[in-house]
Formats: sequence, structure tokens, C-alpha cells
Amino acid sequence: MVRVVAGTIVSGIGVLFLLVGSLGVFRMPDVYNRLQAGTKCTTLGACLAAVGVGIIEPQWFWKTFVIALFILVTNPISNHAIGRASKKSGVPLCDRSVVDVTENLKEYEGRS
Amino acid sequence: MSDTANERTGRARDYCYLFVMLFAIWMVLTSSLQWQEVITGVLVSVVLAVYLGRTYATLGMPPLSVKRIGYFIVYLAVLSMEIVRANFEVAYIVLHPKLPIKPGVVAVKTCLKQDIAKTILANSITLTPGTFTLDIIDDTLLVHWIVVRSEDNEETARLISGRFEKYLKAVFA
Repeated sequence: MVRVVAGTIVSGIGVLFLLVGSLGVFRMPDVYNRLQAGTKCTTLGACLAAVGVGIIEPQWFWKTFVIALFILVTNPISNHAIGRASKKSGVPLCDRSVVDVTENLKEYEGRS
Repeated sequence: MSDTANERTGRARDYCYLFVMLFAIWMVLTSSLQWQEVITGVLVSVVLAVYLGRTYATLGMPPLSVKRIGYFIVYLAVLSMEIVRANFEVAYIVLHPKLPIKPGVVAVKTCLKQDIAKTILANSITLTPGTFTLDIIDDTLLVHWIVVRSEDNEETARLISGRFEKYLKAVFA
């Protein structure tokens, strides 16, 4: 019983973070800020949701732990890949941006 | 082609790392100690380690020592704290009615040498509050920052990567 309650609470917190993350994807002004909301919140959200299931069903705990670990390792890489591809193909930063060092780099010349 | 003794121990070390990692994942996924399962796991891990060892060796993993493992555990603790903080910070920005962002792309210099160390640093930056790594050019990381607090090179390095760099430097030195 305690296990079910604890697992549900952990999963619930995870789902809340996922909700905030998807809300962020709507509210943010450009692709880079959307990536921030879309990865930060979903990393912890998905990990907590998985581990919560593992707490409810103890024989699955280590499997869900490995799932959480793989999410932690792979999520930043997909984030980086999308961000880099957007920058390389010339997607501009939003109007509220204050600084962009890529303007002075030869690797990014003529791409925005 | 004759390898030096140093290179050979280095390669053996890489095979061992890969074997231990694969076997640990196998044990967790099967979660049983029956001897048939364990033996199958050992065989599969050995075959995969021998087959993939060359690719894995290009990462340049450092030799194992107690000090390195200690620093790595401290690093993981710092990282988990930062991940939780990152989530609350971004959640706060998303839920704030005025959306208090001040985004920008800044450059962060790093003194780490190995590719694996730079990769770990870049991924840690992505997981921490309001920053993600766009690109790495030589020893400069291009970082998108959701609330730019400083445009000065040294100040950004201290704020963004300073927390992790000192531990990673100790691990990979």
C-alpha cells in the first residue's frame, strides 16, 4: 500500500513536469527556447514517471532504473543535434535575444 | 606493426570497461542469478566487447583509480542536484505570465582535452539550468542560454561549466 502511494506520487510529479514541458513548447518564442523547455522538463519528467512505475512494481525497479539512465544519457544528445541542425540551417534567434557569438564565427558564416 | 606495452595495456583496459558495462546492463535486464542466464550474459558480453572494442577505444578512457571513481561519484551527485534545479527553473520560467527570458548564444572555453570529457561536459551543460550546448569548435563550446547573465568569456565559463569542469578535470587528468 505504502509502495503504491509512493510510486503514484513519484509518477505524478513526473507527469506534472511533462505537462509543464509541453506547455513550454507552446509558450516559448523560438526553436531554441522551445528545446530548452522540451528537454529540461521532459528529462526529469520521463525519468520520474518510469521510476515511479518501478516503485509500484518492485521486480521492475532495476529495469525502469536503466530506462531512466538511458533517457538521461540520450536526451541531451538529441537536444544538441536538433539545436545544432537548426543553427546550421540558419534558423534565427528570436527578437528578444541579447547576444549571438555565432555571428563572428567562420563556421557559421552566411548561414542566417 | 608492433605496439608498445603501454598501448597494449590501454587497449586491454578499454575491452575490460566495455565488457563490465555490457555485463552490468545484461544482469540488470535479466535480473536473475540462474547460472544459464549468467553464462549466456558472459558469452554475449565477451563477443560484443571483442567486436566493438576498437571503436570504443577511440574514446580515450583514462585508467581506473580510486581517486577518479571518487571524483566521478561527487560529479554525479552535483549533476543530479543541478538537474532537479534545472527543472524547477525552467518550470518557473514557463509558468511565469510574463515569460522572463533573455536568450542568447554565448561561447564557453574549456580546458578539457579528451573527446569523451568534452562530450560529458557538453551533456552536463545541456542538463543544467537554462543552458544547452549547440556546438563544439575545438575547445570552445557554443551554449544557448535562456537567461543571459553575462557576456564576458571568463564569467560565462565560471557560471556555466565551472561547477563540473573541476571534477571532470580531476577524473580525466
